[in-house]
Amino acid sequence: MNSGRLLNIILGIYVALIFCFVFAPIIFSMIFSFNSQRFPTIPLGDFTIEWYEKIFADADIWEAARNSLIVSSSAAVIATFLGFCTAYSDYRYTFRFKGPYLALILLPPTIPLIIMALAMLAWFSKIGISGQIYSIVIAHSVLTAPFAMAVIRLRLNQMDPDLEAAAWNLGGSEWATMRHVIIPFCKPAIASALFLTAAVSFDEFAVSWFVSGLNKTLPVVILEIVQGNIDPQVNAIGTFVFLISMTLVVLAQIFFASRQLKSIRS
Amino acid sequence: MTTTPRKRIGLYELTWRLPIIVWQCVFFAGPVLFMVAMSFFLVRNYRMTEAFDFANWERMLTRGFFWDSYLYTVMIAAASTVCAMCIAFPAAYALALRASETTRRWAIFLLIIPFFTSYLVRTFSWFVILSESGVINALLANIGLGPFTMLNTSFGTLVGYMTLTLPLVVILQTVTMANIDRSLIEAARNLGCKPMATIWQVIIPLSKTGLIIAAIFCFILSFGDFVAPFYLGGSQEPTLPILILDTTKSGQQWPRAAVVAIMMMLTLFAIAFAGIALAYRKRKGAK
Repeated sequence: MNSGRLLNIILGIYVALIFCFVFAPIIFSMIFSFNSQRFPTIPLGDFTIEWYEKIFADADIWEAARNSLIVSSSAAVIATFLGFCTAYSDYRYTFRFKGPYLALILLPPTIPLIIMALAMLAWFSKIGISGQIYSIVIAHSVLTAPFAMAVIRLRLNQMDPDLEAAAWNLGGSEWATMRHVIIPFCKPAIASALFLTAAVSFDEFAVSWFVSGLNKTLPVVILEIVQGNIDPQVNAIGTFVFLISMTLVVLAQIFFASRQLKSIRS
Repeated sequence: MTTTPRKRIGLYELTWRLPIIVWQCVFFAGPVLFMVAMSFFLVRNYRMTEAFDFANWERMLTRGFFWDSYLYTVMIAAASTVCAMCIAFPAAYALALRASETTRRWAIFLLIIPFFTSYLVRTFSWFVILSESGVINALLANIGLGPFTMLNTSFGTLVGYMTLTLPLVVILQTVTMANIDRSLIEAARNLGCKPMATIWQVIIPLSKTGLIIAAIFCFILSFGDFVAPFYLGGSQEPTLPILILDTTKSGQQWPRAAVVAIMMMLTLFAIAFAGIALAYRKRKGAK
């Protein structure tokens, strides 16, 4: 048994190393964002909030932050609506060509973003909707709808299949049942899907970069700064973006958890 | 709960089914199909004209630089997949079969966090950490080593790929192995199977499907990523995504970029199908 314990210790250290690797860039980026050196190294320089002052004074970054918020919230609403419709169709009905139907919503994440970026840029230019903020909204709704669909579909799985039929038997129309039974049941998942898709959209840069034209989002600004030179402002923006994304994820998680609790209670 | 198949489709049903069909046909299938068509268009005087011409295909596929880049991209994405799968495996094994349920849940929760941090910022962070005067070389200098050149090499690219793929691969492997029927592992141990042999002959075969899916995802992500090879690999050997980027952004040669993109998609389809066929292939003798 001694060798078993030794193995456990070695494996524990190994797992810790993996976590170090995964979190090193995130943590270092936060440290660097408060570090006075332009080329951060060890030993670290002095503590400073210079980089934060710089980004807060930069009108372009405010503009980009505004664009990012508009894009991620609008894309989240559209993607969640589409995800809900598809999840419900998949849950309730069987029909011909259901395979291709589901492929239509589930495929986008399996195609590299750079390819989607090129395809969308070309198509959007062709039909005259490229270079606008709503171009990014449309693109992101396509890319994030599958995540919304997955979250809501999982929730529908937990619903008692007789619940809907019971509502019909009690005289509710299909529409009334949707409004008073299914949507309330799915509410936590819908909220969860909204935050999740917003978070994914908030970080996406490849497609945004291609289709946005002059309307840059925050990740696109980061991309352009990084292309030019080493500029610790990136760390400050990154830390900021991280806080926003994490808030969204934690909110999604809270709704997810509350939904678990409720289903246990009922 | 299903309605009878031959019933006329009502308004209610259509309301839920149609939105995604319309939306994805216009904004997902549309772009992809248009890109295929575009690969046959011609560019004259910096303007794209609709045509049906194999010129772009001929131009890209007969050039050495395309195939060099193709081969390099496939190789480095494959290297990335092998690295990620091997590096992740011991950790996933520990989390799935040796750790408690609570530890595993926390580990997976922590591993999801990176997906919601900017990949660009993480890459930039690596750029600073790995540079000649960066953190790692400063630490190594303390013990009298280095400096090592890690940026603008394939090593740099791989570090970027691992940043992108490792959390996902660990999660997928962990979930797969945690779902193995424990009694089979117990049985192997009771019958005198050594730990390593148990891993090779029991655990890996039982989690084959999940492992292959993890590998496919890892390959797709590495194959399509332009950030790691661009910023950490120095794009000295341009990968296909960088080729698309350059051709689109600087040359206005969208049709040629489309050719590269289609070649990438075909490659990914081939690999995904081969992988899935392998994953679901029934073992000999098994029903």
